[in-house]
Amino acid sequence: MIEQALANPWIRQLANAALLLAVINLGVLVLIYMERKVAGFIQSRLGPVHVGPRGWLQSVADALKLILKEDIIPAPADRFLFVLAPFFVFVPVLAVFLVLPFNAGWVAHDFSLAALYVIAAGTVAIMGIVMAGWGTNNKYSLLGGLRSAAQLVSYEIPVVLAILAVVFYAQSMSLVDIAEAQRGFGWFIFHPPLLVAAFVYMIGQLAETNRTPFDLPEAESELVSGFHTEYSGIRFAMFFLAEFANTFFAAALAVVLFFGGWDGLPGLTGALWLVAKSYVLVFVLMWIRWTLPRVRVDQLLGFAWKVLVPIGLIVVLWAAASVVYAGGAKP
Amino acid sequence: MNGDLRDLHQEILDLGTQGMVMNMGPQHPSTHGVLRLILTLDGEEVMACEPVIGYLHRGLEKMAERRPYRHFLPFTDRLDYVCSLANNLACAQAIERLAGIEVPDRAQWIRVALMELNRIASHLLFLGTFGTDLGATTMLLYAFREREEALALLEAITGARLTYNWIRVGGLPDDMPENWDKGVLAFCDLLESRVGEYDRLLTDNPIFRRRTEGVGVIPAEDAIAYGLTGPTLRASGVEYDVRRWAPYEKYAEIDFDVVVLRDGDTFARYLARRLELEQSVRILRQVFDRMPEGPIASKVGKVLKAPPGIAFSQVESPRGELSFTMVSDGSPNPQRVHIRAPSFANLTVLADLVVGNKVADVVAILGSIDIVLGEVDR
Repeated sequence: MIEQALANPWIRQLANAALLLAVINLGVLVLIYMERKVAGFIQSRLGPVHVGPRGWLQSVADALKLILKEDIIPAPADRFLFVLAPFFVFVPVLAVFLVLPFNAGWVAHDFSLAALYVIAAGTVAIMGIVMAGWGTNNKYSLLGGLRSAAQLVSYEIPVVLAILAVVFYAQSMSLVDIAEAQRGFGWFIFHPPLLVAAFVYMIGQLAETNRTPFDLPEAESELVSGFHTEYSGIRFAMFFLAEFANTFFAAALAVVLFFGGWDGLPGLTGALWLVAKSYVLVFVLMWIRWTLPRVRVDQLLGFAWKVLVPIGLIVVLWAAASVVYAGGAKP
Repeated sequence: MNGDLRDLHQEILDLGTQGMVMNMGPQHPSTHGVLRLILTLDGEEVMACEPVIGYLHRGLEKMAERRPYRHFLPFTDRLDYVCSLANNLACAQAIERLAGIEVPDRAQWIRVALMELNRIASHLLFLGTFGTDLGATTMLLYAFREREEALALLEAITGARLTYNWIRVGGLPDDMPENWDKGVLAFCDLLESRVGEYDRLLTDNPIFRRRTEGVGVIPAEDAIAYGLTGPTLRASGVEYDVRRWAPYEKYAEIDFDVVVLRDGDTFARYLARRLELEQSVRILRQVFDRMPEGPIASKVGKVLKAPPGIAFSQVESPRGELSFTMVSDGSPNPQRVHIRAPSFANLTVLADLVVGNKVADVVAILGSIDIVLGEVDR
């Protein structure tokens, strides 16, 4: 019966999507708990301890609270944009997970342009943030929206360049092929051009995921909460979920691109390796977030265009040259 | 200071172009209380800034005229609530000078210790909030970890953590608790071992340096013209510290350096306070080396009356020069009290300083001036 139903491609895709959604939401809850514990650890305090053993039910309690909260739409807001914006931010983040390979064969949908799709789908979220900034009709939100538009568009470029360098090595844009090309500890991070590319990618993703030192769109001390100042309850939760899902995806994509995907020591299943490596990278992102101050908007854009983009271009040329002349890529 | 830029912005505004007017505060995470800034923005750039104060006005100077001298002392706690002992002292000194009351040596030394301990607590609060203003939230927790120790020590002697009210006309209400001096010296060692962590988190951080260096520069002449005092003035290269220029209590007998920096930018104002921590530690150590035995208060009558006249007292509070001017007409109440609050004078420079800077710099510059609104609005 179930097998029959799953034979129907529509039902199978829906089941895949539902499974993915559950995994993402569960992962985000874990991430929120982890963020708090890591922050507490770095800031010499405990983090959550009261809800559940060692406070691990805190995320669940928070989620429940956000769902039960009154849904407020400010009177001067543009209702249409205000309501639509969280979806524009949330849905692309879910959509990019579709092509993420968790293990050999464990991918919701693989196709030959997956890397391009990830970039394209991820960009849609910028629109949601600008919509939120404008639709709220609040000046802090507007500034936050403008900042994020400038920031996300600028940092998209170095990220794309870094991914492009990887694509040269893997000779494919499919994330499955990219991961396969690194089997047996032939991780791309061990190739000098791609080591630089990995740095460019991580810095770019730090900005893309709005994390300190690049958390300007929601700079708390300046813009209160930036583009989501007026959002509360479940709508705020969607922004929050999107941010954490995005952080996890950025780390997981980095693992697929540079750290061998599901490649690891035998004994454990590949998906566990991928998730473990992703969490290590997420920890690094959190570590950076809770240590560094925030840069200013002109420094942020100057860094993207004057430092990261040139480095990215050089890396692309370097990667291309080493693939063509030195045979850097695997057959 | 930013004259050319201001003219340019004025020209733009004269053309009929409208900037975006943004109300920053009175409810805003980084206005350090209830300060309201009306910013006119051109994108991220500030074209004009108009500070609005008065949200916390309680008429404290008038209140002082309506009650006997000593009854006003607890009110002074509510001026600069981050270092209420400095306010207590400035008020008590004015009354002592007005009524010609001597303070015993031991009380004077303990007063110095209280001042410096309170200064450390206040500067630690500054370091934490300044870090948070710039997005380095972890600094707050690190600074508060040590501030907690300082507050515990102050609580041990005064019984309160914020509004201490522990300085009386003619001395102190009670002596130090047993082993309090050992506790303070242990805290001095602890603080010295921890300041390196602050340097690693903020002072030596390249992002922090780039956010603060060269931002909001106050030249020395301007700093004097605006009547700035305290670390905000000394960061601009002017060597003025009440503890050195008009020593009160036992400061004349103590060996310490006045921290003077040259650049006058946001970073210098931060660094001045950070370096003053070490000087305060130095002062505290000397105090307990030289603490004499003896009474802690001189006898003052139940009804305190001062002969007609005027008295003036200055204190170097963590924010600058805090002074009380008291006029007596011979009755049990003061006829007039004027409080010169350092935060109020220091805040006047803000409006000119932020023009031409980014919104993010407004927060950094405001943070570096280190105001307390309880003192701005008296």
